[in-house]
Amino acid sequence: MSAQVLGSADEAVAATQDGATVLVGGFGMAGMPTDLIDALIRQGAGDLTVVSNNAGNGDTGLAALLAAGRVRKVVCSFPRQTDSWVFDGLYRAGEVELEVVPQGNLAERMRAAGAGIGAFFSPTAHGTPLAEGKETREIGGQTYVLEYPIHGDLALIKAHVADRMGNLVYYKTARNFGPVMATAAATVAVQVHRLVETGELDPEAVVTPSIYVDRIVPIGEVDG
Amino acid sequence: MSSSDQARSKDEIAATVAHDIAGEHPHGAYVNLGIGQPTLVADHLPDGAGVVLHTENGMLNMGPAASEDEVDADLINAGKQPVTELPGAAYFHQADSFAMMRGGHLDVCVLGAFEVSAGGDLANWHTADADAIPAVGGAMDLAIGAKQVWVMMSLFDKQGRPKLVPECTHPLTGVGCVSRVYTDLGTFDITPDGVRVREATGTTSEEIRKRLDEIAWL
Repeated sequence: MSAQVLGSADEAVAATQDGATVLVGGFGMAGMPTDLIDALIRQGAGDLTVVSNNAGNGDTGLAALLAAGRVRKVVCSFPRQTDSWVFDGLYRAGEVELEVVPQGNLAERMRAAGAGIGAFFSPTAHGTPLAEGKETREIGGQTYVLEYPIHGDLALIKAHVADRMGNLVYYKTARNFGPVMATAAATVAVQVHRLVETGELDPEAVVTPSIYVDRIVPIGEVDG
Repeated sequence: MSSSDQARSKDEIAATVAHDIAGEHPHGAYVNLGIGQPTLVADHLPDGAGVVLHTENGMLNMGPAASEDEVDADLINAGKQPVTELPGAAYFHQADSFAMMRGGHLDVCVLGAFEVSAGGDLANWHTADADAIPAVGGAMDLAIGAKQVWVMMSLFDKQGRPKLVPECTHPLTGVGCVSRVYTDLGTFDITPDGVRVREATGTTSEEIRKRLDEIAWL
């Protein structure tokens, strides 16, 4: 099914169910799909597992979703920041569960989900508390830790430009988790700064091919 | 008193690291500087050294911090500070960025630390304090990925306890991964046979060995 261009972020998240696993793009606020998250707050689904690099910054985006009490569990690499007061408060009050995953394993576990890989051995975190209880294997003299994929029910990402088919290009370091999350969720919604006609993007420059994208929400300009 | 007669400042440690990166990689190097103290190294890299900086959030050939009129919220470093791009920069997604680390493509990474053990174990992500919220970011991937992992830290903490130790007491970031430690009082090579004082600053090699008498010195 090719991607749908939607008139509002609300339509893109309308079918989200309680208990869903939602992959949320962004590294800090760079690449954070704030309009889609605001729509998810209005939509009302709760008991969510959120997979993202951080656990919210300031009071907007992911932090607002947390503040609304919709998140049961956060899977991330770096929750603690100078401006993560919303998460910090919920965590200390025991109101949100936390799974800390090294950033590279986080990315690779989603890459594996999107690529049909059942599990993989990573050298990262061997001998540390984050690998405790996990299966290990020695390969070529090095110890690796068995890691499983992370599948999302929904991915919310931000890109710079989409064409109407759903091909995406990104902008600078806002790319971060977008291309990986786009492969790893059953439904992928992207908010874009600009929508162009199919054929206008240089095929050599497409970063996320249209096959991964389900719902496009133009937030800025629309050509044609 | 010359600088060699006293402990090095953070800036002087960074200058030494930058000097060694350039000196040991005459044809240039791909380098990742961890957040905090290691970012100072960028200010001391000699022009023309051919050092390409990698930032874990998905960029090669990162430039200096952005000036006020250059700030772009979508162009940031691993510490989420606004930065700039240099000619030849490239952007890539997180799975690629960390494949560069684990795949052994980075020549050097420079990290801060709470502790480094004589066997090269690194502890830099979590103090295990009861109310601390654990956060690791890319530290574990960097620690085991780069060809050379160098640490910048003070040799003693504020309470005077050594940070170069026989075994780490804090939770580990990586096992046997650190090959060199730059501190205010000297630089140390961590080898399979023991720790070697590469350089003492404001003190003597003998004095350091005496103060850290639990270390297996070479």
